[in-house]
Amino acid sequence: MADSAVHDIPSVYEPSLFGTYSKKIGMWLFLLSDSLTFGALLYAYSYGRISTANWPTPFHSASIVNATIMTAFLLTSSLTMVMAVRASVHGDAKWQRLWLLATMVCGTGFIVLHGREWSNLISEGLSLPMFPKVPGQEAVSEFADVSKTVPQFAATFFGLTGMHMLHVTLGVIYLGVVALRRKFIPILLVLWLVAWLGTPAYSPFHYGAHVLLIAAIVCGIILWLKPKVYDSSDVEVAGLYWHFVDLVWMFIFPLVYLMSAKIL
Amino acid sequence: MDTTQIALAERAAEEQRHHGKALFFWVWGALLAMTAVEVYLTYQRMQPVKMLTILMGLSLIKAALIIGYFMHLKYEVSRMKWLTMCSVVACLILMTIFFFPDARRIIELGVK
Repeated sequence: MADSAVHDIPSVYEPSLFGTYSKKIGMWLFLLSDSLTFGALLYAYSYGRISTANWPTPFHSASIVNATIMTAFLLTSSLTMVMAVRASVHGDAKWQRLWLLATMVCGTGFIVLHGREWSNLISEGLSLPMFPKVPGQEAVSEFADVSKTVPQFAATFFGLTGMHMLHVTLGVIYLGVVALRRKFIPILLVLWLVAWLGTPAYSPFHYGAHVLLIAAIVCGIILWLKPKVYDSSDVEVAGLYWHFVDLVWMFIFPLVYLMSAKIL
Repeated sequence: MDTTQIALAERAAEEQRHHGKALFFWVWGALLAMTAVEVYLTYQRMQPVKMLTILMGLSLIKAALIIGYFMHLKYEVSRMKWLTMCSVVACLILMTIFFFPDARRIIELGVK
């Protein structure tokens, strides 16, 4: 009864304290809490870096070039995202979808390059105890001793970059749902199968690919329970998340890669 | 949607219309240029502390550009700007105060 009474008198609502709609405020609050998660991981990495005298510098020129291209992909994806938001505000559905798809392509490029970087490091001996052993890997591989003498390097590196990669992956899925809605679910399932069957059993991505299956199930349930056409506010809120992922990388890239470069 | 929400949505849309594509391309170009400077500095064999200071300075400028222009915080009401930024910066300062002196203490005492 109280609810219906309130709905009949819209003027009882005060204007928003923050001058914007609640969805956007909710996303900002989530991003603030997530920034503390990444802050803690970055501080843990930095703590280890400062307090360990023999901190490894494993990133050759090829790794730096790879990480720089990854950064360019993310920065470009932020540009395409902001163009998607702009198109959505102008009510241009076609360009909104195209810019969102361009953002997803850049994000996927980032994930693929990052996956390649991880695979190279793992094949060179940098690993975590939880990762399956690479068959035929030489015991004298470049980073075999790093994993033993400075285990906190591998732990913080894989923890920090893995958390970021997970965020990028979820961001691509989020944008896929906003851009394509239900049509994205079969695409997601195909991507899961390709990632699962296309990676060797000893790769962490072989089981990490199941994130896509879980996401497909969750997105399927959400879209089935609450089907809707996403409007410009949804695109803007998705954009906030995407830019945040880009923002975090702006600190990971110099701190993790550039400060640990092996310059010959 | 009530009248307040409609007014807010219209205002947001109006703000979006005010800045064109060119601004976003400029910001993107500046971000790429700063990234190129960071990579260039990596190959200059600088002292780690000096390099860290420059890299973090550039990262903070890049973060400000992303938050201000891409995330549109520059165009939000000042209450939103101050509350969001002050809270997160305060937490990060607290972490800095607690973590870094301790990390240095460990290495200065020679604890491995």
